[in-house]
Amino acid sequence: MAKLIELKGISKSYDGEKVIDSMNLYIRDKEFITLLGPSGCGKTTTLRIIGGFETADEGELYFDGVEISVVPAYKRNVNTVFQKYALFPHLNVYENIAFPLRLKKVAEEEIQTKVTEMLKMVALVGFENKSVSTLSGGQQQRVAIARALISHPRVLLLDEPLGALDLKLRKDMQNELKTIQQAIGITFIYVTHDQEEALSMSDTIVVMADGEIQQIGTPTDIYNEPKNAFVADFIGESNIIDGIMLEDKKVKLASHVFDCVDGGYAPNEPVDVVIRPEDVDVVAPEAGMLTGQVTSVTFKGVHYEIIVDIKGFKWMIQSTDYVAPDAVIGLYIEPDAIHIMKKSKYSGKFGDYSSFSDEIDQLSDADSAEEF
Amino acid sequence: MKKYASRIYLCLIFGILYIPIATVILFSFNNSPSTAEFSGFSFYWYKELFRSEEAWIALRNTLILAISSSLIATVIGTAAAEGIYKMRSKLLKLTINSVTNIPMMNPDIVTGMSMMLFFAAIMGIFRIADYNNIGFLAMLISHTTFCLPYVILSVLPRINELGDSLSEAALDLGCTPIRAFFKVKLPNIMPGVISGLVLAFTMSLDDFVISYFVGPTNFQTLPLLIYSMTKKTVKPDMYALSTIIIISVFTLLIASNIKSIIHTSPKRFKKGGKIR
Amino acid sequence: MQSIAAAPHIFWAILFIILPLIIVVFYAFTDANGKFSFSNIASLPSYASIFLLSLELSVIATAICLLLGYPLAYIIAKSNPRNQKIFIMLLMLPMWTNLLIRTYSIMAILDNGGILNTLLNTSMHIVGTKGAVIFGMVYDFLPYMVLPIYTCISKIDKNMWEAASDLGCNTFTTLTKVIIPLSRSGIISGVTMVLVPSISTFYISQKLGGGTFELIGDTIERQFVTGALNVGAAISLVMMVLIIISLTVMNKFGDPDDGGIIV
Repeated sequence: MAKLIELKGISKSYDGEKVIDSMNLYIRDKEFITLLGPSGCGKTTTLRIIGGFETADEGELYFDGVEISVVPAYKRNVNTVFQKYALFPHLNVYENIAFPLRLKKVAEEEIQTKVTEMLKMVALVGFENKSVSTLSGGQQQRVAIARALISHPRVLLLDEPLGALDLKLRKDMQNELKTIQQAIGITFIYVTHDQEEALSMSDTIVVMADGEIQQIGTPTDIYNEPKNAFVADFIGESNIIDGIMLEDKKVKLASHVFDCVDGGYAPNEPVDVVIRPEDVDVVAPEAGMLTGQVTSVTFKGVHYEIIVDIKGFKWMIQSTDYVAPDAVIGLYIEPDAIHIMKKSKYSGKFGDYSSFSDEIDQLSDADSAEEF
Repeated sequence: MKKYASRIYLCLIFGILYIPIATVILFSFNNSPSTAEFSGFSFYWYKELFRSEEAWIALRNTLILAISSSLIATVIGTAAAEGIYKMRSKLLKLTINSVTNIPMMNPDIVTGMSMMLFFAAIMGIFRIADYNNIGFLAMLISHTTFCLPYVILSVLPRINELGDSLSEAALDLGCTPIRAFFKVKLPNIMPGVISGLVLAFTMSLDDFVISYFVGPTNFQTLPLLIYSMTKKTVKPDMYALSTIIIISVFTLLIASNIKSIIHTSPKRFKKGGKIR
Repeated sequence: MQSIAAAPHIFWAILFIILPLIIVVFYAFTDANGKFSFSNIASLPSYASIFLLSLELSVIATAICLLLGYPLAYIIAKSNPRNQKIFIMLLMLPMWTNLLIRTYSIMAILDNGGILNTLLNTSMHIVGTKGAVIFGMVYDFLPYMVLPIYTCISKIDKNMWEAASDLGCNTFTTLTKVIIPLSRSGIISGVTMVLVPSISTFYISQKLGGGTFELIGDTIERQFVTGALNVGAAISLVMMVLIIISLTVMNKFGDPDDGGIIV
């Protein structure tokens, strides 16, 4: 697939603060790409630069091989679904969707055919004459999508479009968006801070933090082969432990030498080791590679979330078997469950569950109501 | 107990506010020229008023001036509000706002004086001998100037509230910035624009002090006419004129508020213990 | 770039707001022949007593407006929404009735041979006293005090009242510790909106003062009528400067974020 959009050395600052730092990224035609990161990571700004609402301080933006860095938004073949939909309150559903066609002075019959077609696609037939303010969040969302798609843009930009919906609706809309994208076959650039959303919808995920791209890859790559401690922590749950790469396929952590599948590091190189909670098996203390004391156990429905203290470092383990708090248990880890990463500036900041609590997680989700 | 005290207080204040107005209305129907003793009901003073050419001309002038100055102020002021909103420099915004508010903050008498001196200077510069030649223009400029802050003040908050998202959506869907303003922004800030227009219109309609300083002899407005009437011994024809003005203003105000009053359900704000 | 839309307004403001004020300054410092002169400014001290009288009457009127207006605003803000709208409309109707009419009608009531004296069959001399002028100012400008305070109180979150009583305030302490401080910006704009027109009025003092005393507004008006424009300009200038200073000082006490008046 050909490169459709390319960002070359894009930088942007607000009031002297760098929001995007010399970013390079290309986006292929017809792909569903997600910019994923915590609030303030620069993902929305990137989207706004592509949409034409912001101009980069440095760098170039190419669309289909042509530089469009200074082309205004209304001349770009790119449309946006805004965070809070930005439906026009003075127009009804039909006129909102017809808006781009009216601008182009398209003939009335054609407008009618196309709007009807769009309404069918987003399952809103019969809502034509409703005022947009009477619609539910999900319906408003559909109108916004229909309006953005009616003039057949090459690219659809979606800025946290599901952020305002409740959980159930969000899941439904995720599927629906993916279906729409596949049906019309255009590029979707999706911005979210929700890693689950990103994993389930995207062809490609771009993980961003502090205005820089941390990793680009397919959802499986990103999950299984995180590049650094930030990505490992941000995508799913991970225990990130300091380790020393003794030689290829041998890593020492928590005073125990493990077999692993990675190599290519210098002898005795310090590394970050990622072990996903679901990849750790709970065994009897004497059968374990490591032993530790359980400090807390939380029932999560499908599994128990167990925090284990191993030599002062708190691990999270997910297990379907109950263990009692304060019990001493053994841990068993398969070699292919051990993922080695190079040290980065994020090393040591993440992956320790000693101060872990659900509340903190939810708080950080709620305040990501957004950078600009 | 507290409820009754506050009711009595409300009645007292509103009573005092309305007694003089009621007096005006009552005495406009007096059948004698007295404004102190009511001797009988008649429409005499209204007939007298309607026969007065001066009053009709003043009414016409007032309306011409109020409509034209409020329209000009609304156009300039709405554009200015959008421009101020788009400004990046806070200092510039603050400066413009402060300058705009000068005519609102300054006592009318100072604004009137400054305008009068300004037009005197204009006459000097352009060697205009007769002030009546530029009198209407001077009135129009003065009224537009003191109306402008009211327009900006009612439009700017709307623009701020609306934010950029709708305009950006319009740009995104293919509008040029100018079309985006007219097709999307303007319809959504319309209530602010209309209330600015109405406010400017009534300000102009009501103005006496500035018109007193700037007004030429060949362009008398209703407030100026009332002033000249109260200079002499007042006959109830001035009361009749006032009554007509009061009734028109009342009707306008009620008409513009009636919908929102009907639509405000008192049930929504139940206070504890008062639910019936 | 779209800030260009403000250009006509900026142009208008420079030409018709700033320039006239510059001309006022020019007139204040020149004589009738256009020559630079301090004589207008030098003559100002002779108007000091008039100015002080204006200040006295308008400050008293403003204080009365505040004392009467605050409870009124509070009662209106606490009543149910439908009544609120009706009360506010009732308050605005007199405001929208021309000041000349309102002032004159008070005079017709209070005058020596006026309605009050006729009804009571007395011969009280009310018009011509300071009291009558103050009453006129209060009557004419009370709505200007009530409206901003009302707006401010009605914007205070309903939870504030509950929070205050939850934390141990009674009705009175809720008012003094929470509501009044929160409505400070409303009070300040109310005070400005009453003080400025009261101090500069000339019609009220002409009618209700019965020609017995002169306020600063009358002085300016007299200079205008008699053509002594340079002195009129000088007095206007001083009045403007004093008002700008007092507004700036008052704004220091106001809430800068609450759209207080920027001078």
